Amino acid sequence: MHSNRYIFIYSAVMVVVVAILLTVVAIGLKPKQQYNIKVEKMQNILSSVNISSTTKNAEELFNKYIVDQKVIDVNGNEQPNLKAFDVNVEQESKVPADKRKLPIYICKTDKGETKYILPTYGKGLWGPIWGYISVNDDKNTVYGSFFDHKGETPGLGAEIATPTFQAQFAGKKLFDENGTFVSIKAVKGGADKNDAHGVDAISGGTITSKGLTKMLMDELKPYENFLKQKN
Amino acid sequence: MSDKKEKEPWFSAKIANTFLGPLSLNNPITVQVLGICSSLAVTVQLKPALIMALSVTIVTGFSNLIISLMRNTIPSRIRIIVQLVVIAALVIIVDQLLKAYVYDVSKKLSVFVGLIITNCILMGRLEAYAMANKPWPSFVDGIANGVGYGMILIILGTIRELLGSGKILGMSVIPDSFYQAGYENNGLMILPPMALITIGVIIWIHRSWKKSLIEK
Repeated sequence: MHSNRYIFIYSAVMVVVVAILLTVVAIGLKPKQQYNIKVEKMQNILSSVNISSTTKNAEELFNKYIVDQKVIDVNGNEQPNLKAFDVNVEQESKVPADKRKLPIYICKTDKGETKYILPTYGKGLWGPIWGYISVNDDKNTVYGSFFDHKGETPGLGAEIATPTFQAQFAGKKLFDENGTFVSIKAVKGGADKNDAHGVDAISGGTITSKGLTKMLMDELKPYENFLKQKN
Repeated sequence: MSDKKEKEPWFSAKIANTFLGPLSLNNPITVQVLGICSSLAVTVQLKPALIMALSVTIVTGFSNLIISLMRNTIPSRIRIIVQLVVIAALVIIVDQLLKAYVYDVSKKLSVFVGLIITNCILMGRLEAYAMANKPWPSFVDGIANGVGYGMILIILGTIRELLGSGKILGMSVIPDSFYQAGYENNGLMILPPMALITIGVIIWIHRSWKKSLIEK
């Protein structure tokens, strides 16, 4: 039987050794991991303007198509010295709308059309969901969308990350005929075909669908002034 | 290496048994019914199943080796804690490596890599084998259990990806003409219940092949 003294020293030494080891590994691999996160973000943004990319060419395509990025405030004025890519949308979504930094990516497609890409961040059933919505240069008609999630139920809520679900957003409108901001809703039981502001919700994924609707409303609303500015 | 005759040879019949046991007669999943949770969760596609199999094999192998090297110094009163620290440290290292080198897969495996820590196979092998055996047999035992676990994961992953999405490793293998003739992917295969049923079928086949496994 070992003495108490031995046990204490043994555990103390063990913990220190393991701590040092893990620190070395974590610090050593950090640049590589952060690069992966950056590339993923680029792929997500490109995906919202219907450009598919691989981890290898994402950075190249991003630099080619995303011609400009800026950060605006709730009045639509540009905030100088900020880079959209560096804004943490998760943190901004917790800030009151009038104090938010609102990132916008501007994309030029192969046809020379300008698309504005707006990031969103919200809550699903189990955890965060996020995405990007791209609009045409009328700043009203949706061009494409991308959504992803941390841990929604596979086959149910997780369907928001599928191209089938995301394709529904193309052609939908953010403003109604009177110019009021109405956002886009996921409609339970299926949206009417002529509904310019509704997409089919996911059967069995009600809470995720509601979360998505709320996310689009809350996160796109602060862009209203920017979207109303006509070029 | 096999000519080190002074002590015990590196690849003796005993080592071979240590290695082969977990592959069939003592398989962690089909016989001991351990590690079911992760085997349901990560086998929707073959690629995560492969990576999970590899990760578990590495962790079982090295945790067995390390614990076996330390076994005479570990105070028995805190042995479980020591075992957990070793496993947890290895799992974190594996997780960090996955995040750095196969980011997309690490996202799919998400919490399940972290949950390797609580995988019963690991603690079971450390308690039952590594605490009482020399490093080399312990290492072999760990690897073998990882392979035994991984083998089932790969079988499951193949079946589920093939029938559920019509693909193997992300490549379509079922010809379009099948789909035009009315064939459809079985959506149920993607969901965990079907994984459990598939494991059941594998256990059934295994037992009808190795009669000694059937309880009287």
